[in-house]
Amino acid sequence: MLEVNRISKRFTTSDGVIPAVDDISFAIAAGEFVSIIGPSGCGKSTLFNIIGGLVGDYEGQVKVSGDIIHGTHPAIGMVFQEESTFPWRTVLDNVAFPLEISGLATSERLERAQHFVSMVGLEGFERRYPAELSGGMRQRVALARTLASEPRILLMDEPFAALDEQTRLLLGDRVLQIQQQLRQTTLLITHNLTEAVQLSDRVLVMTYRPGKLKREIDIDLPHPRDSEVVSSDAFGRYVAEIWHDLREEASRGIRDDENRVLRARSDR
Amino acid sequence: MTRARFANSAMAARAFGIGSVVVALGVVELLIRAGLINRFIVPLPSEIAAAVPRIIAEENVLHRFWQTTQEILWASLMLAGIGIALGALLYRFRVLRLACETWVAAMAAAPIVLMYPLFLVIFGRSATTIVMMGFAAGLAPVILKTVEGLSGTRKVLIDVARSFRLNRSQQFWKVLLPAALPSVFVGLKLGLIFAMINIVGVEFLINFGGLGQLINELAERYDLPGTYGAICFVVAVSIVFFDLTERIERWLRPIQ
Repeated sequence: MLEVNRISKRFTTSDGVIPAVDDISFAIAAGEFVSIIGPSGCGKSTLFNIIGGLVGDYEGQVKVSGDIIHGTHPAIGMVFQEESTFPWRTVLDNVAFPLEISGLATSERLERAQHFVSMVGLEGFERRYPAELSGGMRQRVALARTLASEPRILLMDEPFAALDEQTRLLLGDRVLQIQQQLRQTTLLITHNLTEAVQLSDRVLVMTYRPGKLKREIDIDLPHPRDSEVVSSDAFGRYVAEIWHDLREEASRGIRDDENRVLRARSDR
Repeated sequence: MTRARFANSAMAARAFGIGSVVVALGVVELLIRAGLINRFIVPLPSEIAAAVPRIIAEENVLHRFWQTTQEILWASLMLAGIGIALGALLYRFRVLRLACETWVAAMAAAPIVLMYPLFLVIFGRSATTIVMMGFAAGLAPVILKTVEGLSGTRKVLIDVARSFRLNRSQQFWKVLLPAALPSVFVGLKLGLIFAMINIVGVEFLINFGGLGQLINELAERYDLPGTYGAICFVVAVSIVFFDLTERIERWLRPIQ
């Protein structure tokens, strides 16, 4: 369904050329849930933007169903890390946004939007504005809005990063239910170990800068799955296994940050 | 807060506002009567109140009120249409913005009212001159706040628009402009203030049109209660326009 072939991206900064991601390749089958996990600064979000078509000028190819894509593509829907609902629209109008753009008649688009609002569990909040909702509810609105465009591939960039752990686990349950209901091909970018294991069929671990794929781990936990799975031994083993790979990269990231601060101070 | 409690608190705030004005007028009345304020400069508020029915009957004040309202309305419509469009243009073309933004900011601080002889030469002694003066005076803040609002749109909202494959025009109308509305309305309100001051001021200066001309005539006759009564009508125009602007803003952006 989604193929990423030898993607590399470099940014030119005042400190010189910085390789953000380096020679990354992977494929996701239809209906599969894959997570990419890596330390801060490893280029996860750059990869998200490249696949989503928001960043150009990279090496390699992104393919959807075998076709090379350039820029944004109707088959790919994106859910962002930052709060991205439109504050001037109600919940229902936010969710109906992509349908409005596609020119669907008002009654039909509101009916379809209502379906996705119910899917994310926000019945009764249709006429509320984002300012009246909690952070978790707003992210559910953003998810419903993306689902309303009926993308074949759902890209999510740490959508629950700003939420507390309990809300995050419960929203994870909701995402899993939806993914299993729609058989939605999903790529989740995250730095959260439990989230990656809880939700995924497969986890790809990235190295710290330049971001490369370090390891691929199949998550062989039973389906249907919910947040109860976090108490199982197998879950703990997967988390430990991924942390073993990630620890070294995260430590490298912290050292790199410290060195950068020290260098900046000595330059002053 | 429940709706009923909110309504009560809003009504209480309004009552407090009106009460404060009444008390302030009462204090002024007492200070004048006590001789602490010269009544040949500031007339008694009670005399001003008594003068209002007189100027309505004798000075055709309601017609003049409507004339000034129309002039402000035309200037406001031009400010909204042309000001926002120019702001969008400066946002869209960076070179244009770099070239013009400082000039526009300088224009905001310029005493445009002093250019009225030039406007008289161009448009003649007419309502057009008054409307154009109001428009010119209010243009800069509308442009600047529109640019500020559009530039301040959160990147993630633009990314959402791009991810849904909106073209540039759709991005502007569906995302950028709604996101910029709070700032745009600040600009419109500021522009409206400048426009109103200039419209009444030019009416006064060229002795033409609505309330400004009436204030000029009454002041010439040294009819102080009448002059202050006419100024009350200018305040009323201002309240009408501000209320209207706020209602439109709330309709377009019910919750900020």
